[in-house]
Amino acid sequence: MHKRLVLYLILSVIAFFSNVYGAESEGMPQLNPEFWVSQIFWLILTFGFLFIILSKFILPKISNNLELRKSQILENIETAEKQKIESENKIKEYEALINNSKNEARNYFNEARKKIIQDIDKKREKIEEEINLEIQNAEKEIVELKKSSPEKINKIATETSAQLIKQLIGEEINNSSISAIVEDLSKRNKGKYYDN
Amino acid sequence: MATNPMHQFNVYRIGPEIKIDQIDISFTNASLFMVISSLIILIIFNLGSVKKNIIPNKIQLLAELSYSFISKMISDTAGSKGKPYFGFIFSLFMFVLFCNMLGMLPYAFTVTSHIIVTFVLAAFIFIGVTVIGFIKHGLGYLKLFVPSGVPIVLLPLIVVIEVISYLSRPISLSVRLFANMMAGHTMMKVFGGFVISLGLVGGWLPLGFSVALTGLEILVAFLQAYVFAILTCIYLNDALNLHH
Repeated sequence: MHKRLVLYLILSVIAFFSNVYGAESEGMPQLNPEFWVSQIFWLILTFGFLFIILSKFILPKISNNLELRKSQILENIETAEKQKIESENKIKEYEALINNSKNEARNYFNEARKKIIQDIDKKREKIEEEINLEIQNAEKEIVELKKSSPEKINKIATETSAQLIKQLIGEEINNSSISAIVEDLSKRNKGKYYDN
Repeated sequence: MATNPMHQFNVYRIGPEIKIDQIDISFTNASLFMVISSLIILIIFNLGSVKKNIIPNKIQLLAELSYSFISKMISDTAGSKGKPYFGFIFSLFMFVLFCNMLGMLPYAFTVTSHIIVTFVLAAFIFIGVTVIGFIKHGLGYLKLFVPSGVPIVLLPLIVVIEVISYLSRPISLSVRLFANMMAGHTMMKVFGGFVISLGLVGGWLPLGFSVALTGLEILVAFLQAYVFAILTCIYLNDALNLHH
């Protein structure tokens, strides 16, 4: 009620002035009050309409859009950060996996090498044992041969010298005396024939 | 007379004469351009708000940039308390801007070049701001006229000056916009008249001026709308956050 009253008051004041100055139509058209009331009326109407539609319907939508975008961008940033962390974790896992497998491979390699070395060692030991055995046998044989060879040589020498004497002189000499001489000789000359 | 530079500001009736209690509220060319600018604003901002694209298209970008521009202007000058008046400031800025800009079209009528239109807007703002100030602060709003730190001897003088400056706000606000619009359009009309009267020989210079003035006037059209809106924000700030 009050608003209408005030409006009516303003309009009537303006109407009064427009009657007073109505004749002044030359010069600035802005000061010609003929259409002042009409302009005020239409200004209030159009601006009021514009204000109501804008503030009731359009501006809330725009602000909604802006906030929606803001929140979505924030969400996207959040998910991006999450994914970044995830990928970093995955990279760490991957690196750990690679390190593990490298270690495993190294272990396998080391074990295999150890085994092979052990095998080789075992085989070598066996072979060395065999060789040692053979060497011992051979040495024994040599020792035996050494032991038995002077006797045989003595025997041969005795028999040969008996034969020689028999053929040269035609007389048989006692084998035991010849062998005593041979033994005596061989004992004396032992250092000559055998180096040891 | 078409060459009269003031002729462009004439208001004439379009259609029948409408009268309520002997008061003439006929539809005029001024009313037509008010309606056109309001409709253009509504169409543009409606188109800019219907889609909800994450990456805005051009018209949506326009609407959203305007929204953030006005929003920032209000929060910079009036603080967070100015938020409820966003709709009004936004409508005011857009209305003045589009009226100014539409006035730049040839043969168009500039609504804001009429003192009565700008004065009604300014008076409404003045009354509204005063009412808001008294509602928010009661009689304490009168402290606005008593700046702090002024010697008591000077106080009567200062209070008188402050009251006069406060009361002259609607006049300065309305005259600034109206005078800028009228002067600019008159200048353009005068230079346009020179182009015709000097003809092919000497008309080129005023034509160049006319072109330059058109650019200047577009700048002024935006600037005055901005000034109108930001002064409204500053007055609102005085009413909302009493500093004195």
